[in-house]
Amino acid sequence: MTVTTSEPLRQRALRALDTVVDPELDEPITDLGFVRSLDLTGDGRVTVHLRLPTSFCSPNFAYLMASDAKDALTALDGVASVEVLLDDHHDSDLINRGLAADAGYRGTFGHEAEQDLEELRLTFRRKAHIAATDRALGRLLRAAPNTPGQELYGLVLGDLPDGPATRALLRRRAALGLGTDPADFVLVDEDGARVPPDGIPARLRFAHSVRVSIEGNVHFCRGLLRTRYPDEADAASGRTLLPLLTADASAPSSPAPKENAS
Amino acid sequence: MYRKDGESYFIVDAHIALWDARPENQLNIHGKQFIDCFYDYHRNLGPESEHWPYEEFLYQGGERLMKDLFTDGHVDHAVFQPARLGAFYRNGFGQTEEAFALAQKHPDKLTYNHCWDPRFEQSGLDRLRRDAERFRLKGVKLYTAEWKGDSRGYKLDDPWSRRYLETAIELGIKNIHIHKGPTIRPLDRDAFDVADVDSVASDYTELNFVVEHCGLPRLEDFCWIATQEPNVHAGLAVAIPFMHTRPRYFAQIIGELLYWLDEDRIQFSSDYALWTPRWLVERFVDFRIPEDMDEYPPLTVAQKKKILGLNAAAMYDIPVPAECALTEPAAV
Repeated sequence: MTVTTSEPLRQRALRALDTVVDPELDEPITDLGFVRSLDLTGDGRVTVHLRLPTSFCSPNFAYLMASDAKDALTALDGVASVEVLLDDHHDSDLINRGLAADAGYRGTFGHEAEQDLEELRLTFRRKAHIAATDRALGRLLRAAPNTPGQELYGLVLGDLPDGPATRALLRRRAALGLGTDPADFVLVDEDGARVPPDGIPARLRFAHSVRVSIEGNVHFCRGLLRTRYPDEADAASGRTLLPLLTADASAPSSPAPKENAS
Repeated sequence: MYRKDGESYFIVDAHIALWDARPENQLNIHGKQFIDCFYDYHRNLGPESEHWPYEEFLYQGGERLMKDLFTDGHVDHAVFQPARLGAFYRNGFGQTEEAFALAQKHPDKLTYNHCWDPRFEQSGLDRLRRDAERFRLKGVKLYTAEWKGDSRGYKLDDPWSRRYLETAIELGIKNIHIHKGPTIRPLDRDAFDVADVDSVASDYTELNFVVEHCGLPRLEDFCWIATQEPNVHAGLAVAIPFMHTRPRYFAQIIGELLYWLDEDRIQFSSDYALWTPRWLVERFVDFRIPEDMDEYPPLTVAQKKKILGLNAAAMYDIPVPAECALTEPAAV
């Protein structure tokens, strides 16, 4: 019998979980602290416990993350079986039963499900893309705040500085099936159509609001998770949760856009 | 009333509750999960000096409420916005009789709004007529993620929902407070989506739609519809305590709201008993948008006066003492 040592598999399992993103927050569940534990046996049985900031987090997102985690782990070589369990949620029983039976979204939620969750995913990929546009253009626009729409209209990806914000934008574009070539235009809508010059200021202003909204939700969820599970280290990854910022967070350090590996 | 630096602020707390989440009123595990979630909000967003023991958080009663709001909290008038949560609590979460009795005893200080659920269809509509008369309703609070039987939510533009809104117009109920939650049928889409608010706000222009916690976690979607629908307002419940934990994020929220809406359509609320109004009022009066966040203009005293009370007072016809009124009328 071939035995895969648990160390490398553990690393691979963690990397697989790194690819699972909270669609609403646009960050990996591992960074968010949503992976409570990861246990492996010598014969390739994997058990993961997930936890969320509240019992009342949206059940559709909870299901998506749990089923994505199961899919990502099942695809690994050397894995014989995968059990993903969502802890302490109002739909824990329902979701855990559905996951164990590989019942799918409709099989899990029955009459509450009509089709699938692809439109939900798409909605949030679009939000992630527009927020990433704000981050990628932010520095450029702060340096030259009165750049006319006409000039931005001709901006191509190759004009953006190489850095985490640009790379994050490229990933969000790829997830939507938008071009990532240096000659591709930066300012396109979620279907890839160019935003006309006179629509650019409004588009960028809205992009800023989307970014404020998503980043605010991230901080709220991180804070609530820490309040809910104050004594638990992030067992699975050995990383600790971000510290909850206190009243003194007025130093201009706060919502520094966090770049992640999704 | 709150006075600071020679200015007088009339305070309307536009979203408060008198709830009972004690174990004997919990119908099932969800009753406990719900209040525990609230308690985490309370501890996470409020300053440590304002944290309550869990036991006190479960139930306050009328006397404590009056003290926290009116004796200690600078509040001049407050509006009950009850959630029924009949699937989680035996006698409901919001305590109708107790809150209404308190409002009758202190009509100058308290307004009682009630709730409805369009899934009760005709019987609920008949009930609404009786409730409107008994409570003299000016407003209602709708929690769209309320569970009922095997349904876990509804939309404001469902056919029965529209009939309720049309009946509200007929009965003179003008103010519709909306609280979005995580469940709705089908689960395929985003439950926090405010597209249904957009739809009814443009169809029923006689009504005011106050979206509680200003659409969070979908601030951007809320701003987008509010900018197009002049009868859509922002309630600051849940958003305003971010002044403590995340002051820069709160600056962004208020900056975005003032950019997309205007200063006449934002209302203060403590969301009592999630938080108490005293520290929120004091800190909001002192609050400044950090200087380096120059994408947002500074908050003015007039804007703070409107947000803390004048806007909700206008919506609920609450008289404002002359010393608190703005010398210039609200029109921007």
